Amino acid sequence: MSNMLNLTLKVWRQDGPDTAGQFQTYKTTVADDASFLEMLDYVNEELIEADEIPISFDHDCREGICGSCGVMIDGRAHGPQKGTATCQLHMRQFSDGDTIEIEPWRAAGFPIIKDLVVNRAAFDRIIESGGYISVTTGAAEEANAIPIPKHAADAAMDAAACIGCGACVAACPNSAANLFTAAKMQQLNMLPQGQAERYTRSNDMVERMEQFFGSCTNYGECQEACPKEITIDFIAMMNRDYVKSQLVNRRRLGEKKVG
Amino acid sequence: MTQATERPGAEAPKVKGHHNPSDAKAKPWPVEFMSTAVGKKWIMAISGIALMGFVFAHMFGNLKIYLGPTDYNDYAHSLRTLLHPIFPNGFLLWLMRLGLIAMFLIHIGSAISLTRMNQTSRPVKYQSQRRYLAADFAARTMRWTGWIVFFYLIYHLADLTWGWANPDFVYGDAYGNVVASFERWYIALFYIVANLLLGIHLYHGGWSIFQSLGVNSPRYNGIRRGFAVTFAVIVTIANVSFPLAVQFGIVS
Amino acid sequence: MTLNLDAHIPEGPLADKWTNHKFDLNLVAPNNRRKFEVIVVGTGLAGAGAAATLGELGYNVKVFTYHDSPRRAHSIAAQGGINAAKNYRNDGDSIFRLFYDTIKGGDYRSREANVYRLAEVSNNIIDQATAQGVPFAREYGGGLDNRSFGGAQVSRTFYARGQTGQQLLLGAYQALARQIHLGTVTLYNRTEMLDLVLHEGRAVGITTRDLLNGEVSSHSGHAVLMATGGYGNVYFLSTNAKACNVTATWRAHRKGAAFANPSYTQIHPTCIPPADEFQSKLTLMSESLRNDGRIWVPDAEADNRAAADIPEDERDYYLERKYPSFGNLVPRDVASRNAKTVVDEGRGIGPLNNGVYLDFGAAMERFGVDTIQERYGNLFDMYERITGENPYEVPMRIYPATHYTMGGLWVDYNLETTVPGLFALGEANFSDHGANRLGASALMQGLADGYFVAPTTLAGYLADWLGTDPVPIDDPAFTESHTETQDRINRLMSINGTHTVDHYHRELGKVIWEDCGMSRNRAGLERALVEIPQIREQFWTDVKVPGDPNGWNQSLEKALRVADFMEMAELKVRDALHREESCGGHFREEHQTAEGEAQRDDENFAYVAAWEYGGEDIQNDAVLNKEPLEFDNVSLTQRSYK
Repeated sequence: MSNMLNLTLKVWRQDGPDTAGQFQTYKTTVADDASFLEMLDYVNEELIEADEIPISFDHDCREGICGSCGVMIDGRAHGPQKGTATCQLHMRQFSDGDTIEIEPWRAAGFPIIKDLVVNRAAFDRIIESGGYISVTTGAAEEANAIPIPKHAADAAMDAAACIGCGACVAACPNSAANLFTAAKMQQLNMLPQGQAERYTRSNDMVERMEQFFGSCTNYGECQEACPKEITIDFIAMMNRDYVKSQLVNRRRLGEKKVG
Repeated sequence: MTQATERPGAEAPKVKGHHNPSDAKAKPWPVEFMSTAVGKKWIMAISGIALMGFVFAHMFGNLKIYLGPTDYNDYAHSLRTLLHPIFPNGFLLWLMRLGLIAMFLIHIGSAISLTRMNQTSRPVKYQSQRRYLAADFAARTMRWTGWIVFFYLIYHLADLTWGWANPDFVYGDAYGNVVASFERWYIALFYIVANLLLGIHLYHGGWSIFQSLGVNSPRYNGIRRGFAVTFAVIVTIANVSFPLAVQFGIVS
Repeated sequence: MTLNLDAHIPEGPLADKWTNHKFDLNLVAPNNRRKFEVIVVGTGLAGAGAAATLGELGYNVKVFTYHDSPRRAHSIAAQGGINAAKNYRNDGDSIFRLFYDTIKGGDYRSREANVYRLAEVSNNIIDQATAQGVPFAREYGGGLDNRSFGGAQVSRTFYARGQTGQQLLLGAYQALARQIHLGTVTLYNRTEMLDLVLHEGRAVGITTRDLLNGEVSSHSGHAVLMATGGYGNVYFLSTNAKACNVTATWRAHRKGAAFANPSYTQIHPTCIPPADEFQSKLTLMSESLRNDGRIWVPDAEADNRAAADIPEDERDYYLERKYPSFGNLVPRDVASRNAKTVVDEGRGIGPLNNGVYLDFGAAMERFGVDTIQERYGNLFDMYERITGENPYEVPMRIYPATHYTMGGLWVDYNLETTVPGLFALGEANFSDHGANRLGASALMQGLADGYFVAPTTLAGYLADWLGTDPVPIDDPAFTESHTETQDRINRLMSINGTHTVDHYHRELGKVIWEDCGMSRNRAGLERALVEIPQIREQFWTDVKVPGDPNGWNQSLEKALRVADFMEMAELKVRDALHREESCGGHFREEHQTAEGEAQRDDENFAYVAAWEYGGEDIQNDAVLNKEPLEFDNVSLTQRSYK
């Protein structure tokens, strides 16, 4: 049976990227079996019927997989439950009478669009810089031609679980995107198919990442915030591949001149 | 990179002061390498290892203070005459000193540059109270412990190497100088506090180097934290013991 | 019948049709491809796959998504896997068997040639995805692992943990990212298609709204590919993502593209039942749970005792009782319908009496808790996160929910709609799943269309237009569409009524779910045909859309989508009413066997119902066109799971 919770919400409201924002306080009563976003839906229904502008927030699948949603809830990315995206967080994690502070991701690389919505295009730019294996449609060989050890495939899958929500950047005291970049890079760098472009990828993705985001100083906040619980081991692997890339890519440049 | 016409909210932002990759790859590789934060962290780790090596050797050599003035002063003297018949007196010591200075410079230089980058990475801070889950005190205070240890080091040189800060300084009597300095309780206290901060710095740094260098294997990852703790604890206990030993009259 | 529904099925034996067709199609030479502008709407498996492939081929591609990033499309949520006829298990699988299972699973309401081609390219998809770095599950020997799925007797499903859709979409997204980087594809994110633009009867562009600044713009191209997904959100509550909508396909339909079989909807049996009135969406639990869970309800009506307090002899394991040989593993539609029956009898369980138990008690006793945890641990965790109940201690509560829509824009063998130059891919078309889709086949179809079919057949269309420029966007065709779209937005903004968009969407959903959901009857459908226009009327007179149309406005986005659902819903019901038979996901209570199973009428209904837009009074103006389905390679049988 569901219980009703009386809550005070402090929600960050901001009209646009260049305007100043502030917290607005709302009072609401919701059932504890509602999801966090359903709670916001409900507040928005009330706001609209009271002739006010509803709170903007990004969301879509509400199954924790599309990566659209994500806000800071009481100073924690995606809120208090570990390994849980905002959409999968349910109100029974809160108590009657709680005050909940809701704020957008904040980073220079993620400018605010409106209220709780931020622009995460920088993530797409990082992928575009090299987060792929260049294989033209139709050019693929038989899928079982290259055996891949199960543990390598499993490790690649661990990295690939990233949903691109941006919680790692939001949680990082330096706004670094190393966990995202490392996960996307190492998924490919660990597989035999990804070897040909391994070192150009490592170089290009790191350089592109640093156009937008801060540096990793090994706090480990990102892996705590990650709804898919991706580990910072992948960051270490990225660091190693980046260093190697500096040598390997130069050697290849030399080979190109010779050849 | 193709992106639909100018659409401010859709295009990735330009972040001031951040890495701007150049197309020309003509720069020598150390320069190229050091232009990224990942490269700088790697350099910090390498210089960190060198500095840890120094800290450990320094601590280990100083344990000779418990063997008495003769042993200790002989040890201090031997540093100057290392490989003496082959090289001029003090040559190797100066070589090591220059190396150390270089390590300090790049370690601190990289740290400053990364700090600047990180300060521009979140121009508007969180307005609600942040709750940290993993970033411990050591990790969050690296830049402060680092600076304090650095200024302590300058004092330490002035106190026991150059002698400016030590009124009873006698050139060549390392043992006597140490005792003279640590007999003043406030100096002893200062050394103890500084070494505790050094220990905190080493606690995060000793683990962080593995991460920055990419030394990572699930099988051994548990050892990394163990190493950092052990290293920090040994160095701190030994270093803190010297002023305490003087204060309690064990060394006099 | 006014439409030409020639499916352009190639001549020759089934197995040679696609090969022959590829040879017979006109080509566009590599140096000419850059002279063509191609518009792709949607970036799911089909859209991203097509945009990337067309970019690789050398066309100038513009790709549109209303998401912030192409990677967020709802293909990402598919859990189970993707079928392919690799026969790695040596268990007798073949292209023909995959074709056969898909036709049979679709209850003989799909087109043989299309389905065969799907089975044929399924193997290429696995090769392609593996080469892209999709981390499919593997065996210890390093080869790809397979598992079995409902409706098939072979192991042919490839999977990447419970995130197969995500991994395949990321593969396609990364291929797309590469093309964006190379400059062959231009990305328009946070941009929603609101209209199709026709010039002299063919598709030449689209009208879009920039979700960031509200600007309505025109985009011109030589051809338009729509990969905009299905219409499951017409029910309001479904497993679809919140933004999934019918607008692109419905607007194309209004411009002349026939809408085929809109009544075909798949209801997935194992979802978590709604907890309250404000539930925003339903969450699907993998079908694999039915392998070990036993489904039951109490014998008595409104029995509100806790599950543990209901003794064994007062429980009704109704699937095991009615279908002794398949038991809890009957196909999706059968399991769903039976759940509805027992809940309608008043025997539903849970706080709202709206579910049935899925009980792992016996399985945990037999295999031990550890085994069950190993098999379903992550699903149990997800269940607990959502419901707050621990399924190791109390039985899960499940209920069916809308999951996939088999109907969509009518397309021929080339995936071209009845509007020349407009192609529909993936769930947006109707082509491959007939009246019911088999598990792990949606991903297969999306990628088949996107990677292999559309890029090939598109050349056949474009070849005729070599040397022509795209229609300029100041042409009246574009300006009229622009004005129409702007007017629609202004109209919605000016109503300023009393209720929110969601309010009306919920109202619509209730009617559709009640009367055109898991089982349908004439009275209910006729009632819906009265109620839907009323709700639509209220919506257009009383909806409240706050904010500024010329800027970021999520309420307006929703309003535009719901407005189209209001119209589409009526066509859906109209189609369900006309189809006087039961087949796959379409169950008409009047047409069932003595045992309560779906009764097809192959004599009168073995056709595709392709509806042509006739006017605003949808149920009366829509024109039915029929494409007869011919089966030369399979014989039609009645399904039985007793």
